Amino acid sequence: MKILVTVKEVAEAEDEFEIDGLDIDDRYLEYDLNEWDDYAIEEAVQIGEDGDDVEVVSVTIGPERAEETVRMGLAKGVDRAIRVWDDTIAGTDDLDVAAKAEILASVVEAEDPDVVFSGVQANDDTFGATGVALAERVGFEWAAVVNHLDQGSLSEGTASVRRELEGGVEELTDVELPAVLTIQTGINEPRYASLRGIRQAQSKPLDVQGLEDLGLDADVVESPVERTAVFEPETESDVVTFDGDANEEAAQLAEMLRDKGVVEG
Amino acid sequence: MSDVLAVAEHRRGDLRDVSLELITAGRDLADAQGGDLHLAVIGGDAEGFAGELNREGVDAIHAVDDGNEFNHDVYVQAVEQLFDEIGAGTLLLPNSVNGLDYAPAVAERLDVPLVTDAIDLAHEDGLSVTREMYASKVATTVDVDAAEVVVTVRPAEWPKAEGEGSADVRSFDPEIDESTVRSTVKGFEEVGGGDVDISEADVLISVGRGIEEEENIELVEALADALDATLSSSRPIVDAGWLPKNRQVGQSGKVVTPEVYIAIGISGAVQHVAGMKGSETIVAINTDSNAPIMDIADYAIVDDLFDVVPELIEEFGGEPP
Ligand SMILES: Cc1cc2nc3c(=O)[nH]c(=O)nc-3n(C[C@H](O)[C@H](O)[C@H](O)COP(=O)(O)OP(=O)(O)OC[C@H]3O[C@@H](n4cnc5c(N)ncnc54)[C@H](O)[C@@H]3O)c2cc1C
Repeated sequence: MKILVTVKEVAEAEDEFEIDGLDIDDRYLEYDLNEWDDYAIEEAVQIGEDGDDVEVVSVTIGPERAEETVRMGLAKGVDRAIRVWDDTIAGTDDLDVAAKAEILASVVEAEDPDVVFSGVQANDDTFGATGVALAERVGFEWAAVVNHLDQGSLSEGTASVRRELEGGVEELTDVELPAVLTIQTGINEPRYASLRGIRQAQSKPLDVQGLEDLGLDADVVESPVERTAVFEPETESDVVTFDGDANEEAAQLAEMLRDKGVVEG
Repeated sequence: MSDVLAVAEHRRGDLRDVSLELITAGRDLADAQGGDLHLAVIGGDAEGFAGELNREGVDAIHAVDDGNEFNHDVYVQAVEQLFDEIGAGTLLLPNSVNGLDYAPAVAERLDVPLVTDAIDLAHEDGLSVTREMYASKVATTVDVDAAEVVVTVRPAEWPKAEGEGSADVRSFDPEIDESTVRSTVKGFEEVGGGDVDISEADVLISVGRGIEEEENIELVEALADALDATLSSSRPIVDAGWLPKNRQVGQSGKVVTPEVYIAIGISGAVQHVAGMKGSETIVAINTDSNAPIMDIADYAIVDDLFDVVPELIEEFGGEPP
């Protein structure tokens, strides 16, 4: 069995930041593995550990900097990694959902996995759409926001999953393979990479491919969706901030709570 | 001139609120585009739902009688066919868990661009969508240069449509290729039950990822004790197994409306806020004065929780651990 995991290195903004043109100034961004993808990797690696003959491959669309997070996946037990990048992609501001789906679809076609795990969303642009778009493009079945997978069901050609709906309700669904599952946080407990794993990751294959290698034309990155403004939302907030040192702040909050009569003492 | 098609959402016999919000968003957009607003309702008691959806501003309702519950394979085919049949320009879908389970596939099938999680829509020369990035720290505007587009709309951003409508209700009978229906919904289960019901509490001390370590949970427990309050949390605390599921506030947890909600080390992500914005008084304790929680807080302490919480415990005669 082969499992493909899509991973993304995402940017997180620091508390204080400045906007530069159509993005947050890079000086205020920190990069890390997308939180949801960490759970997707863990789910795949667990299946790999429990089964014979399971290969786990990760794929990312990202610049060289992303290799750090890709290696993190390899250190946690991913067998092999693919990173898609070239000058055409580098020269594109935002890859839209269709472009990502098209690029990943060509990797799916080349790798022919039984199941693809992606994160529910990437924490930077939070589109939450890549996994399902990919599934439709390659003709796979899918399930979005999966917080439980019966791993044993996979060998029978089905993914028995729970989809986490709103309001504490879970949907129990059977999905025929091949399929894309978008993985929700909390589905497992992502491991930390061991020192041994980190050493081994250095010698695992990490293959870089461009659009041409994947048999794609440069125009796949063209998009009718264009970011035209980035701004800090105006807040209508009239929050009262308690000032002073921690002791003074606590005293003011305590007074407010007592005035409201919600606490005694 | 272009028509808008919005698709209602229902689950286990009830229409979900976002359906009525879609009418409001869709009506505004249809006006800006000089078109009609069509609604679709698929499955369940489609006819009955159509009655509930017949609010002011809706021009036509298409009821599709197929199955009881949401099945994305059926939805994708029905919506694709209806969109084509109407010749609509904009497809508005809910940015709900189920919306995200079919919107990207419909956009793929129709071969039109997709923009998700809209918080505002404008139409001048073309469609312009406002959405958020970087955990709601910034908002962005994206322009769509296409005659047809799929947009998902964030729940609870638009008011629910009211007033009785006079839409034309018709049934629509899509051709569903059963061989492509390769997923089966087997049932539902409610999770997060148990001994504590946080939605009953008058005062909630709610803890988030700012608490850093499991062993620090006892600090907020001590505060809850000192205040005779109930402890709740954001999702990462439950994901990590530091508190049970029945303590989680938010979209996939509980909706709470206490007299006082004290958010400690919680950023205020949209899925969290969905569960607590109805609280009477909201207090935020956070080192980040820009955290989204500050937008809805009534009172704030911008400081390190590890300094503030022990002081608060002492204020109320407790002893910090
Ligand atoms: C489909 C879906 C459903 C979801 N459902 C839910 C849900 O039901 N409930 C929910 O909560 N989330 C839910 N989420 C997750 C949500 O998007 C956020 O990831 C989550 O709410 C973040 O939790 P947090 O605020 O505790 O953590 P973070 O966003 O990491 O925020 C931590 C905060 O702590 C502050 N902080 C750090 N250190 C300190 C310190 N020493 N003192 C004071 N402050 C400090 C930081 O400034 C920051 O604001 C859902 C997501 C998805 C995609």
